[in-house]
Amino acid sequence: MKEFIIRNLSITYSDENESLKNISLEIEARAITVLFGPAGGGKSTFLRTLNRLNDLADLKQMKGEVLFQGQNILDPQTDVITLRRQIGMVFSRPVPLPLSVYDNVAYGLVMAGEHDRRKLDEAVEKSLKQAFLWEEVNDRLKDSAYSLSGGQQQRVCLARVLALEPQVILLDEPTSALDPIATANIEEMLRELKKEYTIIIAPHNVQQAARVADYAAFFLMGELVEYGSGIDLFTVPKDQRTSDYVTGRFG
Amino acid sequence: MRAPGMDKSKTIQAVGFNLLRLVTAITVIPIIGLVVYIVVKGAPAISWEFISAAPSNGMREGGILPAIVGTLYLTLGTALFSVPLGVLAGIYLAEYAKETFLTRIIRVAIINLAGIPSVVYGLFGLGLFVLFLKLGTSILAASLTLSIMTLPTIISTTEQALRSVPNSFRVVSTSLGASRWQTVRRITLPQALPGIITGIILGLERAAGETAPILFTGAAFFLPQLPHSPLDATMALPYHIFVISTQIPGMPIQIQYGTVVVLLVFVLGMNLIATLIRSSARKKRQW
Amino acid sequence: MKRSGHTGDKVINAVIRVTGYSSILFVLLILIFLLREGLPALSSTPLKNLFSARWYPIEDYYGILPLFLGSLLVTIAATLIALPFGIGTAVFLSEVSPPWLRDILKPVIEILAGIPSVVLGFIGILVFAPFIRKFLDIPTGLTAFTGAVLLGLIAIPTIVSVAEDALDTVPNSYRQAALALGATQWQTIWNVTLPAAKTGVLTALMLGIGRSLGETMAVMMVTGNAPVMPLQLNSLFRPIRTMTATIASEMGEVAAGSQHYEVLFFIGIILFLLSLVINVSASLVSTRSRGRAERLLS
Ligand SMILES: Nc1ncnc2c1ncn2[C@@H]1O[C@H](COP(=O)(O)OP(=O)(O)OP(=O)(O)O)[C@@H](O)[C@H]1O
Ligand SMILES: [Mg+2]
Repeated sequence: MKEFIIRNLSITYSDENESLKNISLEIEARAITVLFGPAGGGKSTFLRTLNRLNDLADLKQMKGEVLFQGQNILDPQTDVITLRRQIGMVFSRPVPLPLSVYDNVAYGLVMAGEHDRRKLDEAVEKSLKQAFLWEEVNDRLKDSAYSLSGGQQQRVCLARVLALEPQVILLDEPTSALDPIATANIEEMLRELKKEYTIIIAPHNVQQAARVADYAAFFLMGELVEYGSGIDLFTVPKDQRTSDYVTGRFG
Repeated sequence: MRAPGMDKSKTIQAVGFNLLRLVTAITVIPIIGLVVYIVVKGAPAISWEFISAAPSNGMREGGILPAIVGTLYLTLGTALFSVPLGVLAGIYLAEYAKETFLTRIIRVAIINLAGIPSVVYGLFGLGLFVLFLKLGTSILAASLTLSIMTLPTIISTTEQALRSVPNSFRVVSTSLGASRWQTVRRITLPQALPGIITGIILGLERAAGETAPILFTGAAFFLPQLPHSPLDATMALPYHIFVISTQIPGMPIQIQYGTVVVLLVFVLGMNLIATLIRSSARKKRQW
Repeated sequence: MKRSGHTGDKVINAVIRVTGYSSILFVLLILIFLLREGLPALSSTPLKNLFSARWYPIEDYYGILPLFLGSLLVTIAATLIALPFGIGTAVFLSEVSPPWLRDILKPVIEILAGIPSVVLGFIGILVFAPFIRKFLDIPTGLTAFTGAVLLGLIAIPTIVSVAEDALDTVPNSYRQAALALGATQWQTIWNVTLPAAKTGVLTALMLGIGRSLGETMAVMMVTGNAPVMPLQLNSLFRPIRTMTATIASEMGEVAAGSQHYEVLFFIGIILFLLSLVINVSASLVSTRSRGRAERLLS
C-alpha cells in the first residue's frame, strides 16, 4: 500500500532558490523510507511538505500534488491541524517544550481536546514505553523535560509524537545530536515501530541510511536522483552520482 | 621595542577613560543625590495621618488620602483598558502579522503614539472623551486618555518578550497539531509572561506619574471626599504636587516633600517590582 | 479531510487581528480630534495674528512664534546638555565599565527614567532655580536654562538606553580586529565602535530631542512662564514659555470652542506633527532588524 503519492512537487522559498525540483515519488506504508544526500539537497524541505510545516516558512511557490491516503494535502482546504496529528515529526535537535515530561508527551492530545486524566495517563505511559523511556523517567514525570539527558530528551520528543497515534512519523536527522549508543537505541526503536507506522527519515549519514532503509531516495540539489529499495540503492545503484555518494567518492 | 606613538596613545586613552568616568559620575550621582535628598526632606512628614486623612485648612494641613486613592484608581483604570488591548496587539505583531505594508503602517503608528507629547494626549482626551463622548472631567476620561498613552509601551514590550521565545517551540508545537492560538496560549505567552508583566508595570508606572494628560481630563484641584464613581473627577498625586508647589502660597515645605516621597515610593516601587520580576525570570529560564 | 471547526480559535484570532490594527485607529483618532478642534483657529484668527510675535490672549493676541521659539531654545539647549552626558555614559557602560558596575549603574539610570517630570519640576523650583539665581546672579532662577537642564536630565535615560543598545549590537569581531591591529581600546571606541553604531546614536539623539520637545510639567514649572521672543543673547538665562507649557497652563481656563481654545488645539497640531516627523524619521534611521534569530528547525 502507498501512504504518499507525490507528483511533480516543486518548491521555491522566497529567496528565489528552487529547493525541490519536480519530485515524483511513491512512499510505502509501514516501511522505513530514507531520504539521503548531501547538505542542502532538500530533504528537510521535502519532509516538512508532508505535514505542511513549511507553512511556517516564507514560501514563494509550491507546485504539484502530495496525495496522503488519496487526498491532496497541498489543497488550501486541507485541515492542516488534523493532518499534523496524523503525521508526526521528530527534529534533529531535541526540542522539549518548556513543560514537564508528562505535559510534553500529553501535549498533542491535550491540544486535540483530550482532557480525560485517565486516558492521558494511559497514553503517556504507553508512548513512553514504546520509546523505551518509561523505566528511566516514570518517577520524574513532573520534572521539567530539560532535566533529562540529550538522548532521553530526544526519546521524549519521539514519545510525544507516538502519543498522538499517528499514521506516519517523519524524522529529520533525529540522531545528529546523540552519541552512538543513544543512536543505536533510536534505530532499534524504528525497526520496531515500522510494524505499525510509516516511517520517513533523513538520516544523518550514509551508514545510518543503509542500516535502516527499506526504501531509499537520493536527493541532490533539489532533484530526486534515484529511488528504489534500500538494498538496490546501496549495493547496485543505477545512477553514477548515487554510486559516487554511497561509496564516499563524492565531490 | 616600543613604537614611539605608543606612550602618547596610552596617555590619550587614560585621559579619555577618565573623562568617560567623570561624565558618567556627573550623570549618575545627581540621580542618587536627588532621590536621597527628597527622601530625607520628606520622610519626617510621613505619618499615618498623612496617608489616611483628607487635606484640611486649604490643604496646608492634614493628609493626602484623596490624591493617593485617585492615583490608584487612575492606574487601575489605565490598566483595565491598556493591558488587554496592548498585550493582544503585541501578540498580533509577534505571532500573527506577516511583514506586509499594513504591518509597517502599524509599526509607524506605534512609534508615533509613543512620541506624542503627553500634553497633546491631554488635548485629545479633552476633545474625544470629555467633550465629544460627554464623559466630563472624570476618572474614566482620564484613564482612557492615559491608556492610549501607555499602549505603545505595552505593545512593544509584549512583542519583544514574545520574540525572544525561541522559534523552535512554535515549530514543535505546530507540528504536534496545535493551532496558532493554542501555541501562543500554552507555550509562547507563558514563556514571555515575565517580560510582558515587566513592560506593563513600566507602562503603568509612567501613567501613574503623568500630570499633563489628566490636567483637563480628570484631575481635580481639591476634593475632600473620595470619588464615588468612575464619572467623578479625582485628585491625583502628580497633579497635587504641581498644585501645592506652584498654586498655593505658604504651603508648608514638609508637606510638599512628603507628597513627593509618597509619589516616588509608588512609582519607584513599581519600577523595583518590574526589575525583580525580570531578573528572577531570567534565572529560572531553562532554554 | 475537511476543515474541522476550531471556532473558539476563530473568535480569538479575529479579536487579536483587530487589536493589532488599533494603533492605527488611535493615531487617526488623535489626529482627527486635534484637527476638528484646532483647525477652526485658522479661520477665527488671521494668520498675521497667529504667526505674530505677541502672545497675549486676554487682548486676543495669539502669536505662537514666541512659544515656538521658546520650545526650540530649551530643546536645543537640553539636547546640547544631554548629548555628551548621555552618549558618554552609554559608551562607558558598554565599552569601559566592569560588568558589576554596569549592573549597578543601569538600574540607577532606569530610576531617573521613572521619576515623574512633575517631581523634577518640583525640585527645579525649590532647589535648582534658587541655586541658578544666586550662582549666576540673575533676577530670577526660572529661566530657559533651568528648564533645559531638567529636560536634559529627562532625555538622558532615553539617549543612554538607545545608544547603549546600538553599541551592544556592534559585533565584537570589529573591536577585536582593531585591537589586534595594535589600536588602543580608546582608539577602537573612537574609530571603530562609535562609527559602527552611528545610526543608533543618531536615533538616540532624535528620540532625545522628541522627548525634550514634548515634555510639559517640568518645563512649565521652571521656565518662568513668560511668552517673550527669546532673541537676545542672554535669552537662555531669562524666563520663556514653551508650546507645551502654554497648553498646560491655559487650557484649564478657556471655554470649549472659544478662539483661545482653538488656538491652543492648533498648537497641539503643531506639536503632533513635529513629534511625528522626529519619531518616524528616527525609526527610519534606526536599522534594528526584527527578524527571528532562527528560521525553521531542520
Ligand atoms: N526556511 C527556509 N527559508 C529559505 N530557504 C530555505 C529554508 N529552509 C531551507 N531552505 C533552502 O532550501 C534548500 C534545501 O534545504 P533543506 O534544509 O531542505 O536541505 P537538506 O537536504 O535538509 O540539507 P541538510 O542536510 O543540511 O539538512 C537549501 O538551499 C536551503 O538554503
Ligand atoms: Mg535538513
